Amino acid sequence: MTKPPMLSIHDLNVWFGDPPDRVDAVKHASIAVAEGASFGLVGESGSGKSTILRAVAGLIDSWSGNLEVAGRTIHGARRDRQFFKTVQMVFQDPYASLHPRHSVDAVLSETLRLQGIGDVDRRINRLLDDVGLGRSFRFRYPHQLSGGQRQRVAIARALAAEPRLLLLDEPTSALDVSVQAEILNLLSDLRAEHGLTYLMVTHDLAVVGHMCDRIAVMQHGRLVEELQVEDLRRGAAQADYTRGLIAASGSYRAGG
Amino acid sequence: MTDAPLLSVRNLRVTFPTRQGLFQAVRGINFDLGRERLGVVGESGSGKSMTGRSVLGLIRPPGRVEADRMEFQGQSILNLPERRMRKIRGQRISMVMQDPKFSLNPVMTVGRQITEAYRLHRRVSRADAHAKALEMLRAVQIRDPERVMDSYPHEVSGGMGQRIMIAMMLAPDPEILIADEPTSALDVSVRNEVLSIMDNLVRDRGMGLIFISHDLNMVAQFCDRVLIMYAGRIVETLPARELHKARHPYTQGLLASLPRLDAPQDRLPVLTRQDSWRDGDPIAPHADTDLPGGLR
Ligand SMILES: Nc1ncnc2c1ncn2[C@@H]1O[C@H](COP(=O)(O)OP(=O)(O)OP(=O)(O)O)[C@@H](O)[C@H]1O
Ligand SMILES: Nc1ncnc2c1ncn2[C@@H]1O[C@H](COP(=O)(O)OP(=O)(O)OP(=O)(O)O)[C@@H](O)[C@H]1O
Ligand SMILES: [Mg+2]
Ligand SMILES: [Mg+2]
Repeated sequence: MTKPPMLSIHDLNVWFGDPPDRVDAVKHASIAVAEGASFGLVGESGSGKSTILRAVAGLIDSWSGNLEVAGRTIHGARRDRQFFKTVQMVFQDPYASLHPRHSVDAVLSETLRLQGIGDVDRRINRLLDDVGLGRSFRFRYPHQLSGGQRQRVAIARALAAEPRLLLLDEPTSALDVSVQAEILNLLSDLRAEHGLTYLMVTHDLAVVGHMCDRIAVMQHGRLVEELQVEDLRRGAAQADYTRGLIAASGSYRAGG
Repeated sequence: MTDAPLLSVRNLRVTFPTRQGLFQAVRGINFDLGRERLGVVGESGSGKSMTGRSVLGLIRPPGRVEADRMEFQGQSILNLPERRMRKIRGQRISMVMQDPKFSLNPVMTVGRQITEAYRLHRRVSRADAHAKALEMLRAVQIRDPERVMDSYPHEVSGGMGQRIMIAMMLAPDPEILIADEPTSALDVSVRNEVLSIMDNLVRDRGMGLIFISHDLNMVAQFCDRVLIMYAGRIVETLPARELHKARHPYTQGLLASLPRLDAPQDRLPVLTRQDSWRDGDPIAPHADTDLPGGLR
């Protein structure tokens, strides 16, 4: 019970640029994600969800506050090898996160080698199977893949490193619902078998409800509320913003 | 309504050479688009984006597009020379790409991209174009449009990128909008605002909308008709509000694999794909009778 959380974010501020043009993208955010938990981050578009994940991953250096991963405090934007053995990220924008001139095979074998994982050939085939891409995709380049196929390569790459904490930024929003189901089942299995921890951003409340135990809601750079998934399901939210989100979910009626 | 369809497509095929030989991404599909909201759903890789891109001549060689017919208001637009396609693309038919941030120019500010795109199609002053761009960004619920006008694409969030692309594509008031996953990165409240903008354009100006999406519930609620694609073919066509009564096992399988907030389950059902789906007869209850505009 005294174990430190897998991820602890305390009083995090993230900004871009200098005054007077400074953008305060995240303001005083605190989250703790226990080992083996699956934590959901939802909220307004542009509210700072990706920014939190990117700050943890070391992609932004303009932040203040306290960040700890597996009990180790992290600083600035430098992350060592140990960090990437522990933490991997799946980006919101799969096109931008894959190098246009690297084939699927190159992407995966590079990650495996970097992590010192052997048996590359068999593992690549296994990873491709896991994310529902046949082996015929192994030597394709990003421009030869559909949007959802690219996203699956990005997920396979993150899994290749066998991390303990996965930062997932809209991992399935580019996927059709049956592939989404396969990936979500895979993530659930990995969590059950290996005790992986997830911090997952998504706009789909049904996906959050399926995958997560706890949820934080963001609006305009701030965390407005944290709640248990049961509360989300019952619609028992405190903040007006969250209640609006639940009400608007799945309620578009054409022609009013 | 008896007017000719905005867009009429027969036996469309899109083919790519690959290491394993020719790959047919789209295998002979037929559809008409009226002044309606036409949803296109189907699993990843089923050919949805390639169908949209082929209409705008955006399949890059060595990919090939063939069709018995591809007509925009009665005029053939199949493999038009680029010079002529450019007069149509963006102005009369525009497309919101699935990877909006990738489709924006990374080294040009958002504001300049929207105003330049607008001035390419409309003879207006720089100041008017600027005002129009701000108005469009506000319409798509961008919180601080002035800042976003001065930002570069990497400085905006995923959902902001989608909305910028939508603003840019709608500014010239196209007759057809092809929207490829336009709302996948939007929270539900912003999404509903964006949908209602598109909805108004269809109702008030008679725009035709091709709406590619993975979100079956949203398509069922928002669209008039839905095409369901599998392995490069249309396997079923339905009035959108009957999507939940789909007859094709593939469509039923897609519906079953959705997680539900009100009914939690341990594992999500997945599809068991059947070979027979690849080439079986399409299911279309009243396909030829409820053509363009027939639904309103
Ligand atoms: N590199 C950057 N430079 C300047 N501003 C940035 C940069 N990256 C993000 N921002 C700003 O920070 C804010 C938060 O962006 P972020 O990408 O975290 O939003 P988000 O919650 O992930 O939204 P979405 O759901 O649309 O992806 C936005 O206003 C965005 O414009
Ligand atoms: N340049 C290319 N070379 C070979 N195959 C390609 C190429 N571009 C696309 N494809 C293939 O064409 C098929 C259809 O792609 P398309 O992008 O239309 O899929 P989609 O239905 O939009 O899927 P998603 O929902 O994942 O975006 C895919 O299997 C893809 O791998
Ligand atoms: Mg984001
Ligand atoms: Mg696509």
